[in-house]
Amino acid sequence: MDRRTVLGGMLDAALADPSPHANPSDPLAFANTELPNTPRALSGLEPYTGLWGREQIFHLLRRTTFGPSPVDLQAFQTMSMTAALDMILSTSAVDSKPLATDSREMVAVGDTWVYSNARDPNSTFDPTGARYTSLKSWWTGLMLQQSASVMEKMVLFWHDHFVTQRNVVNEPRFQWRYIDLLRQHALGNWKDLAREMTLTGAMLRYLNGNVNTRTNPNENYGRELQELFTIGKGPLAGPGDYTTYTEADVKAAAKVLTGWQDDSTVLPQPGVRPSKFTLSRHDTSAKQFSARYGNRTIAGSTDGITEVNALLDMIFEQEETAKHLCRKLYRWFVYYVIDEAVEANVIVPMANILRQNNYNVLPALRALFQSAHFYDPLNIGCMIKSPLEFAAGIPRIFSMPTPADIATKYKVFYYIATQSAAMQQDIADPPSVAGWPAYYQTPQFYELWINSDTLPRRATLSNTLVKNGYSTSGFKFVADVITFTANLPDSRNIDALIEESARIIFAVPLTATQKAFLKQTLIPGLPDYEWTLEWDLYLADPGNATKRNAVLTKLQALYAFMLSMPEFQLQ
Amino acid sequence: MKRRTFLRRAIPVSTIPFLLGGHTLQAFGRSPFLDGLASLAAATDRVLILIQLNGGNDGLNMVIPRDQYAALAAARSNIMIAESRVLALTAATGLHPAMTGLHALYNEGKVAVVQSVGYPSPNFSHFRATDIWLTGSDSNQILSSGWMGRYLDQAYPGFPTGYPTVEMPDPLAIQIGSLVSPGLQGPSVSMGLAITNPNTTYILPGAEDTPPNTPAGHELTFVRDVAEQTSLYGAAIRNAASKGKTLSTLWPTAGSNSLADQMKIVAQLMSGGLRTGIYVVSLGGFDTHAGQAVGGATDTGTHATLLSRVSVAISAFMNDAALQGFQDRVVGLTFSEFGRRIKSNASTGTDHGAAAPLFVFGSNVNGGVVGSNPVLPAAAGSNDNIAMQFDYRRVYAAIVKDWFGATATQLNAILPGQQPLPLIKGGGATGVEDTSLPVSFELRQNYPNPFNGETRIRFAVPADAGSVPVRLVVYDMTGREVAVLVDRAVGAGIHEVGFAATHLASGAYVYRLQAGAHVEARKMVLVR
Repeated sequence: MDRRTVLGGMLDAALADPSPHANPSDPLAFANTELPNTPRALSGLEPYTGLWGREQIFHLLRRTTFGPSPVDLQAFQTMSMTAALDMILSTSAVDSKPLATDSREMVAVGDTWVYSNARDPNSTFDPTGARYTSLKSWWTGLMLQQSASVMEKMVLFWHDHFVTQRNVVNEPRFQWRYIDLLRQHALGNWKDLAREMTLTGAMLRYLNGNVNTRTNPNENYGRELQELFTIGKGPLAGPGDYTTYTEADVKAAAKVLTGWQDDSTVLPQPGVRPSKFTLSRHDTSAKQFSARYGNRTIAGSTDGITEVNALLDMIFEQEETAKHLCRKLYRWFVYYVIDEAVEANVIVPMANILRQNNYNVLPALRALFQSAHFYDPLNIGCMIKSPLEFAAGIPRIFSMPTPADIATKYKVFYYIATQSAAMQQDIADPPSVAGWPAYYQTPQFYELWINSDTLPRRATLSNTLVKNGYSTSGFKFVADVITFTANLPDSRNIDALIEESARIIFAVPLTATQKAFLKQTLIPGLPDYEWTLEWDLYLADPGNATKRNAVLTKLQALYAFMLSMPEFQLQ
Repeated sequence: MKRRTFLRRAIPVSTIPFLLGGHTLQAFGRSPFLDGLASLAAATDRVLILIQLNGGNDGLNMVIPRDQYAALAAARSNIMIAESRVLALTAATGLHPAMTGLHALYNEGKVAVVQSVGYPSPNFSHFRATDIWLTGSDSNQILSSGWMGRYLDQAYPGFPTGYPTVEMPDPLAIQIGSLVSPGLQGPSVSMGLAITNPNTTYILPGAEDTPPNTPAGHELTFVRDVAEQTSLYGAAIRNAASKGKTLSTLWPTAGSNSLADQMKIVAQLMSGGLRTGIYVVSLGGFDTHAGQAVGGATDTGTHATLLSRVSVAISAFMNDAALQGFQDRVVGLTFSEFGRRIKSNASTGTDHGAAAPLFVFGSNVNGGVVGSNPVLPAAAGSNDNIAMQFDYRRVYAAIVKDWFGATATQLNAILPGQQPLPLIKGGGATGVEDTSLPVSFELRQNYPNPFNGETRIRFAVPADAGSVPVRLVVYDMTGREVAVLVDRAVGAGIHEVGFAATHLASGAYVYRLQAGAHVEARKMVLVR
């Protein structure tokens, strides 16, 4: 007899009871149904001239890195704003390659596979899966171990902007080459990056450039290039007219791009694209663009690249193009609500800087990161962390060491990558060509990251990293909460301990009630000095396991709780 | 028959048709699933309230050896309670005068005072000593799970996978007002849920203040809303809180006694039908190194205030439990991480000490003083401590085995080698699992009670009765018959029927068992 029959109405009644697992089917139950109308900053791109203190430094680091480490925070405290920005805007680890952790990747463990043949002709084994594991581990490791630079955040920005997906490309060498382009141009020239993206193997596969021919033009890339990657789609102004471009321009762009295909025989090497141009596949006719581009004509040519450059020149001459990117950068670094004041005071002047600098992004980023708007108190703490920011951020806060052994190290990195994937951000595998919806889907935006499935996952991860750790191959990836605490400025004073740890952990200030609660978690019902006594007991005899365990369990409970607080989801 | 015996055995029920929501249904047949159900019910119909007194309670000033006033005067004249003010428990033992409510309960036989509870090689660090008490470890042993967590892991194997279940829709354990106690840490996961106050917008700790009207405040509110929605048992707790009530007039004004406020929440949740089996509440401030008592008026001051709060909270709770009819389902236990020194210091305070008395309370407790007064040295020095008389784990063992009905094997896994103190009525000595048939008729209290819509009733037919005609009928308070649950011949064994009161109004009902010549009735309360 099945259970339902046995229990009959009791089971039905229990199932109808809303108490267990309240409403998991509606992940958007609480997300915005319209854009929030909270007060918004009226300040603009004019340089910030206010106090340059910890709050501003922490804010800069939180927004431009995957979580500030205490070491970064310490180093930046003595820097002027200019020096801090110089550091943040410096490139870092531009040349990096994923390494093999398994001989099945076709190269020796510890060597990179990016130059290696896709397959061993003598084996039936396909290394694609193992190499992708390596690729995702490597990339996540770069975020975890980043220096205090906006580099990694920009690499991820470009990934979200010029999307390719692993499950479509399915060629790790192509996708590494694609990532390498993101890294080479991360703080460089957007227009150069757009050209290289157009012609790289991963993108030619991803958006059907491979099958875009004179006889059978494929519009996919020509459309996304305009709709998402450059000028952006404006409001529908008429049939097939998106204000910034038209359906005719999609067709014309597709013709420009005919004849290019990926070339898996070209091994990655600097200056050589993993793609090829076949003149016989190319439409050499003149391409007529619409009035949205001033009725421009691109003359047919036979070398492939001339027309591509002409197309990009035409698109990048449009003022809207720079504004499109600046809006995306704004939502990546500041907040998702772009009202009239933000458009006029931030987006337009930032786009002007981008254009005046021929699409080099650094001057525009510098203007943003030194602006009054960026440091406006109304813009602090209002971003919900993406899964990668959350998952990579915790090990950074606690300066969690990674193992020396490459295979074990990559397992740790891959653990973070899979945790982030389970929370809906799978590196190298965005959900669509438009990137992660949290950065474009109105009106929910960042709130899409948090639902009744992902929030418990976040809490489980933070709890694991602070308490039991992730163990692999004899290595335990775990926060050293005792060292973290000991490095706080005045860890013997419980108020200072709560205050200082909260300032590192949270982007928003805690209330007095919350601080009192945290204090109670550490010394329930005890006078303040008992913390000092207990902590001193440990410090005087750090090798004593019971004394260490006594403070360890209390500190773990404290930090695990702090990391599970809704406040920790904000940056 | 022994309660444990009653509960532990699987239900050898044949087929009893019974009314459930107006439909006649097949009753339980024996199956592994139903065996599991029986053990779950055994684990959940009884409730433990653990009251943690943080800071190290001066037990010698709470339970006072009346027969040793000379030694007391020599050791602690500056804080000692005047002999004439002590509330007598026995000829030799008395209670702090601030604990009048508890004293009254004692006189009703509802309080066991266990003398000099501790463990060998006492530790004087708050952190370490608390860890010892909560994990149930030896002085020098580090355990990663708590004693209650290990019990719950035995009672609810596999938690949290698959939970909440139909049988256990509610949290296994609730910590009120702070983070989940390490005592509730199971072998792999915490078995408890921390809440602040189920009557507020956010019941999870840390969200008491309204966020500002800023973009950050907007996003914070969003995340908090999802967190509350996501909290596995949030809705169940709110549901119980909204249905539950408190009736006692003894509850102090909210905000004046935090322990009473917490226990009032427990009463409210139990009243609302929450099936949670363990509640942990706490009161801080017992670390009375200085100013423990007011000089010249030693029955006032910090410690007197604290003990008064403990007494008021317990007596108000027990009063409410009696008024609402669930007093038989609750046992409470107080503890502190250590006692304090025999000799007071010059700051009218006491320093960290060793063993101390504790209270076990409830209508199912064997009331009285357990053990003898500590023997004080004639002139205590500053390092003299009260020696342990009972290992604290023997108190836990009584809860686990005699109250919650764990088997001897389970007890040994939870608290290895510990024998229960005889604190629980009907609890006792053998520890041998009895798998024979019942030896007497018995009508059990329905569970849950109070209930919201559905409850279950068990009764026993003894082996020597053979097959007897059984009628189990529910009446309202006017004596009108409202449901016939059983009306047929029933064989020996433990039988269980469900009662779905979907068509009835809130209020008290009586259910009456007639089995052969045996008649027994009990009251149950329907709460909508």
